[in-house]
Amino acid sequence: MSGVRVLVGTRKGAFVLTSDGKRERWDVSGPHFGGWEIYHLKGSPADPNRLYASQSSGWFGQLIQRSNDGGRTWEPVGNKFVYEGVPGTHLWYDGTPRPWEFKRVWHLEPSLTDPDIVYAGVEDAALFRSIDGGQTWQELPGLRGHDSASSWQPGAGGMCLHTILLNPSHPERIFMAISAAGVFRTDDAGQTWRPMNRGLRSEQIPNPTAEVGHCVHRIAMHRSRPSVLFMQKHWDVMRSDDAGESWREVSGNLPTDFGFPIDVHAHEPDTVYVVPIKSDSEHYPPDGKLRVYRSRTGGHEWEALTKGLPQSHCYVNVLRDAMAVDSLDPCGVYFGTTGGQVYASADAGDSWAPIVRDVPAVVSVEVQTRP
Amino acid sequence: MIRVVLPAHLRTLAHVDGEVTLDVEGQATQRSVLDALEACYPMLRGTIRDRVTQQRRAFVRFFAGEQDLSHEPPDAPLPDAVAMGAEPFLVVGAMAGG
Repeated sequence: MSGVRVLVGTRKGAFVLTSDGKRERWDVSGPHFGGWEIYHLKGSPADPNRLYASQSSGWFGQLIQRSNDGGRTWEPVGNKFVYEGVPGTHLWYDGTPRPWEFKRVWHLEPSLTDPDIVYAGVEDAALFRSIDGGQTWQELPGLRGHDSASSWQPGAGGMCLHTILLNPSHPERIFMAISAAGVFRTDDAGQTWRPMNRGLRSEQIPNPTAEVGHCVHRIAMHRSRPSVLFMQKHWDVMRSDDAGESWREVSGNLPTDFGFPIDVHAHEPDTVYVVPIKSDSEHYPPDGKLRVYRSRTGGHEWEALTKGLPQSHCYVNVLRDAMAVDSLDPCGVYFGTTGGQVYASADAGDSWAPIVRDVPAVVSVEVQTRP
Repeated sequence: MIRVVLPAHLRTLAHVDGEVTLDVEGQATQRSVLDALEACYPMLRGTIRDRVTQQRRAFVRFFAGEQDLSHEPPDAPLPDAVAMGAEPFLVVGAMAGG
């Protein structure tokens, strides 16, 4: 019988939410790792029972947890993240040089084909990889060795590498995004990287069209069409049709083009979801109405999805990694809020219902689909 | 035998209840006690001391005999009462945050 497993990372632990293909009744398991920040957890596409979780704490640092049984049991694996060579410096908020210092893992991206290979995007921004199921981690130093790295600066949340997109049809090609440096792409499995920010315009930096320095919040693509990318930038929703070589704005009729998450429908490569937030200093929905916006045209034309979502006095945020889709038909869409709600739609966004209402602030949401 | 009291989150991580007891070879110092602790409970590596620098994490404190030993050199001898097992060596999560 088909079903889904929703993996939720929160400020105070992880939750695993499971349902059958109808996605109406839910079993809630958790909190796992209670009291710890779970920035992200994600399952291996090659082995759905293999899960990885990033567990961190301001007191006790970074741990990586691994499950081999779909989240029923976990074991800590390697947590030694050491930058290759002399770390060098990036720019701090005040423009002064600051040495690279590992702080936490923001995002874990398991390989599409090998459950023992997993990538980690970390703060301060760098990309690490494990080929032994998370026991040991090695940096892919070509990224941090890019000529522009000494000019990268942190966004408000830290200088984090928060998005990693693996390309199913071109395994040597990886996209990733850093706040606030922008998008980078490798075509040689991580040895060398190029900035992919042409067409972005950010008035918050001295040169609004600079090659790097843009606060990209999230990028997404459809597996069947990996040369088309969608981006939620600090401000602006963007689209690239040439694998990141250039971008154009597709904010269209959105009420505001500020936001954090963006995702693509599992079966319709031009159906895209965002959650607009009022502004960079007002991280809540406009007018107190929590609305997901869906475009069925790859951008420009957006419709508000409101059925089942609070339409008054709602002032939560949806963080960059807190939206995901399943691959059932119709496609399920999920997102979590800083107010501790996880909403699910089993009809591609037409209607919504909360799975849980009162968990800690949600940092990340991922979905595994059982066919 | 050295007695070590861990904070709740690290007891959970190490799957232990109550105090941990350790046999420490040579002189009992912060370093030798923590080395022995991490050898018995490898999952604690990086949670008390930085994985690379071996520096005490900023929000972790070491207490014993009602004294704060956090700023003592890591190779300084621990008090006799700790070395003899009369008093535990306390690893404490600092009061901060929520």
